[in-house]
Amino acid sequence: MEVGLWSGYVWPGLVILGQTLLLTIVLLIALAFLLYMDRKVWAAVQIRRGPNVVGPFGLLQSFADFLKFVLKEIVVPAGADKPIFLLAPLLSFIFALIAWAVIPFNLGWVISDLNVGVLYVLAISSLGVYGIIMGGWASNSKYPFLGSMRSAAQMVSYEVSIGFVIVCVLLMVGSLNMTDIVMAQQGFGLMGWFFWKQPVMFVVFFISALAETNRPPFDLPEAESELVAGYQVEYSSTPYLLFMVGEYLNIVLMCAMTSILFLGGWLSPIPGLPHGVLWMAGKMVFVFFMFAMVKAIVPRYRYDQLMRLGWKIFLPLSLAFVVLTAGFMKTFDIQPWTMSDEAREIGRAVEVSHGR
Amino acid sequence: MALQAVAFYLFALVAVVAALLVVFARNPVHSVLWLILTFFSAAGLFVLMGAEFLAMLLVIVYVGAVMVLFLFVVMMLDVDFAALRGRVAEYFPLGALIGVILLVQFVMGFGAWSEGVAQRAAAATPTPADLPNAHAIGMVLYTQYVYAFQAAGLVLLVAMIGAIALTLRHREGIKRQDPLAQIHRTREEAMELVDAKPGEGLQETRS
Repeated sequence: MEVGLWSGYVWPGLVILGQTLLLTIVLLIALAFLLYMDRKVWAAVQIRRGPNVVGPFGLLQSFADFLKFVLKEIVVPAGADKPIFLLAPLLSFIFALIAWAVIPFNLGWVISDLNVGVLYVLAISSLGVYGIIMGGWASNSKYPFLGSMRSAAQMVSYEVSIGFVIVCVLLMVGSLNMTDIVMAQQGFGLMGWFFWKQPVMFVVFFISALAETNRPPFDLPEAESELVAGYQVEYSSTPYLLFMVGEYLNIVLMCAMTSILFLGGWLSPIPGLPHGVLWMAGKMVFVFFMFAMVKAIVPRYRYDQLMRLGWKIFLPLSLAFVVLTAGFMKTFDIQPWTMSDEAREIGRAVEVSHGR
Repeated sequence: MALQAVAFYLFALVAVVAALLVVFARNPVHSVLWLILTFFSAAGLFVLMGAEFLAMLLVIVYVGAVMVLFLFVVMMLDVDFAALRGRVAEYFPLGALIGVILLVQFVMGFGAWSEGVAQRAAAATPTPADLPNAHAIGMVLYTQYVYAFQAAGLVLLVAMIGAIALTLRHREGIKRQDPLAQIHRTREEAMELVDAKPGEGLQETRS
């Protein structure tokens, strides 16, 4: 073996560990303030003040909530399947966290620059449903079970259209790699973004992301007016906190995906200004603000309307757009980005030999 | 590669133990959960072999969608397990037969595989070294195997239509929602203002 133990295994391991810790800590702290922002936006729309007691302007409210969650007693119902009951929130938290491994925040600022990055995110976010189903079933109670049933059906339905939206983008990029997707959106400032090329798919993706993350107006799984709180009814203290943090991490992940797929990731919208992580963060906060506004403004959907929207409108629409995009590119002989000279220049091209 | 070996044995061990627990778990829901873990470990093994595209598909299709529906069905079933366990002896011969056949197939398959080192080396490698394997699969799937691919798609379509045809029933006499009609309803056709005179009330309304 030519590489030493230190330089071959221990040092890269430490680097990855450091990167992971950094990402996790930054994410969780950012999440605390995003939660605060969510509540403030919601309050502002309803002409209330929102959290304003803990810390200046209530900025530390999320941290106070965190302490309260952690210090409460964990209640496990008598009829519950204890291992699964406690595993469920852990799973939903872990799956929400590991998806972030492939999200690039800047050129090269990514823990794993996976070749199949988009598929990885899709796979992990489709696993998120297990936390909810297991939690609902293990609680051994009616409302959680109903909530988890709804949630599973809802997430499986909307994943399909999210998949097709992503295919539309991938057709133009020619690669499943997240960094390639962002680099393909270079152009004159914000004019290069896929938002302009696929505006309809952007809307479909945005709404599907709301449904996929059980966000209002599609928060049927935890509809408090009918199911009390759905799959979370029996949870208290830290397990509940894990569920909630997992849910919000998924929401922020969808914000990141929206900005990578359609809003050019870390690319600067104004020609001349340097690209960088601040643009990425700014875009994510902007998308999150839109999520918060939707939550504040739009009333909750009825369950059959939700299913109708997913299967009868979004699925045919996104399928049609896959065919349209592919047909358009074939007719006008447009190559995907990874086969362009521009991609070859920065060494991200995929050379495909057509000599068959 | 020591690290790869460690990862392989980890995934393989988890896959085998989880597969055993699928059979031995007392609660069917636990069985399904162990099965999910088995699939997940198999996906990890695929990644180790450099087939990350297949691994992701396995996770998305089987773990993310098929097993969710499986879990659904098993959770909703109200099966009495004590009664089922009592009839193990009845099914034992059949199960043993299937097990033996599977074992023989595995042994034969492994024997043929370990014999044919030379043939495997001589065979054309399906994946060019510098190509991501999503591209490599796409290149053969849509050219060489396009008819097989289309046929598989058709089979799935037929299965889907069959499932819908079997379960779809139109019941008479129930109110169905027509969203378009609801949206295009106007105030003029939906309501009528009536001037009710004192002492007379509503005599009759045109409807």
